[in-house]
Amino acid sequence: MDSQIKGVSTGTTILAVTFNGGVIIGSDSRASIGGYYVSSKTINKLIQVHDRIFCCIAGSLADAQAVTKAAKFQISFHSIQMESPPLVKAAASVLKELCYNNKEELQAGFITAGWDRKKGPQVYTVALGGMLLSQPFTIGGSGSTYIYGYADAKYKPDMSKEECLQFATNALALAMGRDNVSGGVAHLVVITEEGVEHVVIPGDKLPKFHNE
Amino acid sequence: MALSNVVETPASGFNFENVSRNVALDGLLEGGHAKAPKPMKTGTTIAGVVCKDGVVLGADTRATSGEVVADKMCAKIHYISPNMYCCGAGTAADTEKTTDLLSSNLTIFSMTSGRNPRVVMAVNILQDMLFRYRGQIGASLILGGVDCTGNHLYTVGPYGSIDNVPYLAMGSGDLAALGILEDRFKPNMELEDAKELVRDAIHSGIMSDLGSGNNIDICVITKQGVDYIRPYQESEYKDKRQRRYKYRPGTTSILTEKIVPLELEVVQETVQRMDTA
Repeated sequence: MDSQIKGVSTGTTILAVTFNGGVIIGSDSRASIGGYYVSSKTINKLIQVHDRIFCCIAGSLADAQAVTKAAKFQISFHSIQMESPPLVKAAASVLKELCYNNKEELQAGFITAGWDRKKGPQVYTVALGGMLLSQPFTIGGSGSTYIYGYADAKYKPDMSKEECLQFATNALALAMGRDNVSGGVAHLVVITEEGVEHVVIPGDKLPKFHNE
Repeated sequence: MALSNVVETPASGFNFENVSRNVALDGLLEGGHAKAPKPMKTGTTIAGVVCKDGVVLGADTRATSGEVVADKMCAKIHYISPNMYCCGAGTAADTEKTTDLLSSNLTIFSMTSGRNPRVVMAVNILQDMLFRYRGQIGASLILGGVDCTGNHLYTVGPYGSIDNVPYLAMGSGDLAALGILEDRFKPNMELEDAKELVRDAIHSGIMSDLGSGNNIDICVITKQGVDYIRPYQESEYKDKRQRRYKYRPGTTSILTEKIVPLELEVVQETVQRMDTA
């Protein structure tokens, strides 16, 4: 399905995991054309849509960038009108509305994750057709198929920040190791009540497993 | 939005009025053993590099129409604003028009707001426009410029995807040029080194790609100003005309001459005073 995307696509691995006190959102950094040419090794797939809300993109890069631009504006406007920071659910809903109402033309999926005062750390998936789902953790993109087993086996609720970072890094490394359209560096963003911390792990510093 | 008059949203969708006419024309031409001319594409090599003092852009100068070289001295580096230039690959008409439109909009913007346009604004306008046309505008662009926030280089794809990068190559010769850039690019290069690197990258594209060729243009943008060197390097394979193709008057002999004066008669004369007060 991914190979039908015209133009630059982010055949990708994205994930978001909640832990005790925050959420970690992560992605690889490869963008390809037609699944055979890497058009960028350093594409940014973690888009900040508000102070404590991030969004990771999968699918057609052009569609995803356009949708997140529109979503960023709408969320910002909503936050000004309500005179308070937006709920993560509201941000995810904005993306869902855009994806669902334009489902014929768009080919992009998103994972929205963040922290708000009402419900704390949350993760939402917005799939290709506009389905919105809330989960404690989620993986997405073409590389995610290779790590469903790992994620299901190793996820524990209420992890500490270090455990969660290790889990996310391992998951990304395993997926990037097996999926040809995922690669580059691993981007991780840790979102907590205190703030946002961006961690970049270059390809050669990723954890290595038995056959590498 | 305060400046929504700058970029006007046209009537929604495409204008398909000429589709049936074009189909009919194609059919007519086919019967007459002729084909409609293919749109002129710039099978191209374009490249850009961010260096310490600014941005260096480079391009070849060949424009092809099918298998024929339509223009040997095509200008692929387009003016956007005094501090920004844009290289275009893809369909020549699309890149020409898109960059013209962008340039006009930015000029209007800087007049109405009194501010110098930023590179990131130009990129956003391009992204909005190309995404709206869903890839029908075949323009792959490299936008480079210097503004108050620094030296920037952006790539804009035909579907509307953008990326901010320190070095870049696009067009049919991009793989060849990218090889050179990947090998020798270093952050914060000196200007002269950057110019040599871009020249070598374009040269590699010209040598390895059939759609690129002829001369190399270089455009250097710094805080002090712009140096558009066209051509930076001429092709070694420039043809030299073997003979003169101008004929002196008298080459064709005149056999007979007949002059017929036109008989004109003044019928009416009116004088109208012009008020020049």
